[in-house]
Amino acid sequence: MTAFKTLSVAMLKGFVRDKVTLFFTFLFPLMFLVIFGLVLRDAGTDRTRIALVGDGPIVSALRDSGTLEFESYDDENAAVRKVEDGDLPAALIVRGQEVDVRYAQSDQVESATVLGIVNGFVDKANLAATGQPPRFTFVSQKVEDATLEPIQYLTPGILSWGVAVSAVFGSALTLVSWRRKQVLRRIRLAPVSTTSVLSSRIIVSAGVALLQGAIFIGIASLPVFGLRLSGHWWLAIPLLLLGTIAFFALGMLVGAFAKTEEAASAAANIVVLPMAFLSGTFFPVDRAPAWLQVVSEIFPLRHMNDGMLDVLVRGKGIEALAVPAAVLVGFSLVVGFVASRVFKWEE
Amino acid sequence: MTEERAAVVVRDVRKSYGELKAVDGVSFTVAEGEFFGILGPNGAGKTTTLEIVEGLREPDSGEVRLLGESPWPRNVKLLPRIGVQLQASSFFEKLTAKEQLQTFGSLYGVSHGTAADMLELVGLADKANEQENKLSGGQRQRLSIACALVHDPDVVFLDEPTAALDPQARRNLWDVLRAIKERGKTIVYTTHYLDEAEILCDRVAIMDTGRILALDRPAVLVRGLDAPTHVTLQKGVVPVADAVAMEGVEEAHEDEVSLTISTRRPAPVLSALAERGALDGLQVRTATLEDVFLTLTGREYRA
Ligand SMILES: Nc1ncnc2c1ncn2[C@@H]1O[C@H](COP(=O)(O)OP(=O)(O)OP(=O)(O)O)[C@@H](O)[C@H]1O
Ligand SMILES: [Mg+2]
Repeated sequence: MTAFKTLSVAMLKGFVRDKVTLFFTFLFPLMFLVIFGLVLRDAGTDRTRIALVGDGPIVSALRDSGTLEFESYDDENAAVRKVEDGDLPAALIVRGQEVDVRYAQSDQVESATVLGIVNGFVDKANLAATGQPPRFTFVSQKVEDATLEPIQYLTPGILSWGVAVSAVFGSALTLVSWRRKQVLRRIRLAPVSTTSVLSSRIIVSAGVALLQGAIFIGIASLPVFGLRLSGHWWLAIPLLLLGTIAFFALGMLVGAFAKTEEAASAAANIVVLPMAFLSGTFFPVDRAPAWLQVVSEIFPLRHMNDGMLDVLVRGKGIEALAVPAAVLVGFSLVVGFVASRVFKWEE
Repeated sequence: MTEERAAVVVRDVRKSYGELKAVDGVSFTVAEGEFFGILGPNGAGKTTTLEIVEGLREPDSGEVRLLGESPWPRNVKLLPRIGVQLQASSFFEKLTAKEQLQTFGSLYGVSHGTAADMLELVGLADKANEQENKLSGGQRQRLSIACALVHDPDVVFLDEPTAALDPQARRNLWDVLRAIKERGKTIVYTTHYLDEAEILCDRVAIMDTGRILALDRPAVLVRGLDAPTHVTLQKGVVPVADAVAMEGVEEAHEDEVSLTISTRRPAPVLSALAERGALDGLQVRTATLEDVFLTLTGREYRA
């Protein structure tokens, strides 16, 4: 067994046997994904719901179009009372050829939407009844805009954040605990290079990151959440690995200064939490004020996040990785260099 | 002894922490195959000395040769040939006893099977699958020693290996250490147990406040002391006045339970006592390292 392989296995075992770490690595980010995913699921995609009495060709056409949702009533008064009570914005009452809409005057936008839709269908039916060809034609087509459904930005954001947290904490806490427990001094007395010790720990973090990716994306793809991956989702893999290395380096820096595990943990939180909020973990950065968008450019997590969004859900190709990869590699080199300068073998 | 055959050569090594002179001009040589002990009270500088020799600390001045090489800065060529047990045991997190040994073993290219066999040696075979933090203090200590020996090093450094061990485990460890010595390995170790050092060590260095006060074979140190032998009897068997009057007796005093006679010529005293038929429950205590220590440091040994 090579030292590298055994060390990796030893560290993997240490990781798997630590329940608290497992929780913060997998369950904690998943909780955010599930809660935000469910809470925000229907935001912006609500269809207007109105009361309906009676039936007919107009109603069938409306139903087929799916633009409105109906709540059926047998009694006109009951339907109108729903509007009066403010429960529904309008009631559609069909008596044979007559289409009667009662709407709440309080919500003008909603009422206008309902009136416009119903009116459109009535006009179309009238035109069809005359048997004349229409003079003006009306064509419409959907345009994919930059606005994403919540699950589409939540998944890449929470994944990047989860990977950052587990890499920073993984390296910082390992370093501090090894220094405190003299494991570092003991390793220093063995004929093994620092590189193999370091890389065996990074390998574990990288494996964890890939597993996080598989689990988070898998769960977000369940029908309840409805994540739709774009064609180049696999480009997320190099991004996950680069992100792991960058945040591992950051953890080494935190671990070099912290004396105790508690201090390391607190310091890692202070570094990671604000970065997560400002980098678009929980909401898209382009909804933030302009100055904040500029400020957040300094965070490696922001770039990792941008890259994740581009390759996971925006369907961009490998060119979308250029900037995030360059930033992450640069960050790793600079922070890793500083960390190696301030590294201490013992307390 | 010639220096080429020396496993460890330390020449006038000094190390200060601020004002405190932790090691203050220490010199000694350990021959290959020798069992060398460093004794001294807390804070004497034993650990610091040992760690300078191992290459874990840089001395402020002085010279160290370990197997003919300088251990500082980190000398990778030396590392496979030395085994170190640190005073505070150091283990990987959440690994079982067997996994600890196998992991440390793999750092030296030792096979998993060989590493696991070490558990037998230190009597931990039944704890193989126990996580390190669930072992008792003494068991951890034994595991830590096994980790130092896992790669069969030529020179073994043990910092208080028998601290926290029960008498049985202590004796078992003595057997392990003797077996290592028999295979021609060099052992350098520190201890607070003077009786143990007397039994195990070829030579001992007695340290206090960063200096070596004496260094020789235990028997030579004790003999050189010219300390009196103490003969202890049950109280009342012989009156104090009679005891003082005996030939060769230097001093006699009595407490609640016993009469203690000090003499440098025990033979006539013992025969006089035999004549009186006073040998029942008699104890003879000759000088030990403890007395050497007491004389050298001018204070009671406090292990
Ligand atoms: N890293 C350090 N920084 C400051 N002082 C230290 C350091 N290490 C040791 N000392 C001091 O140096 C002196 C010698 O310490 P050392 O650990 O060598 O003693 P020791 O003989 O091993 O004692 P013990 O029997 O308690 O293990 C002590 O007074 C200790 O406080
Ligand atoms: Mg010590």
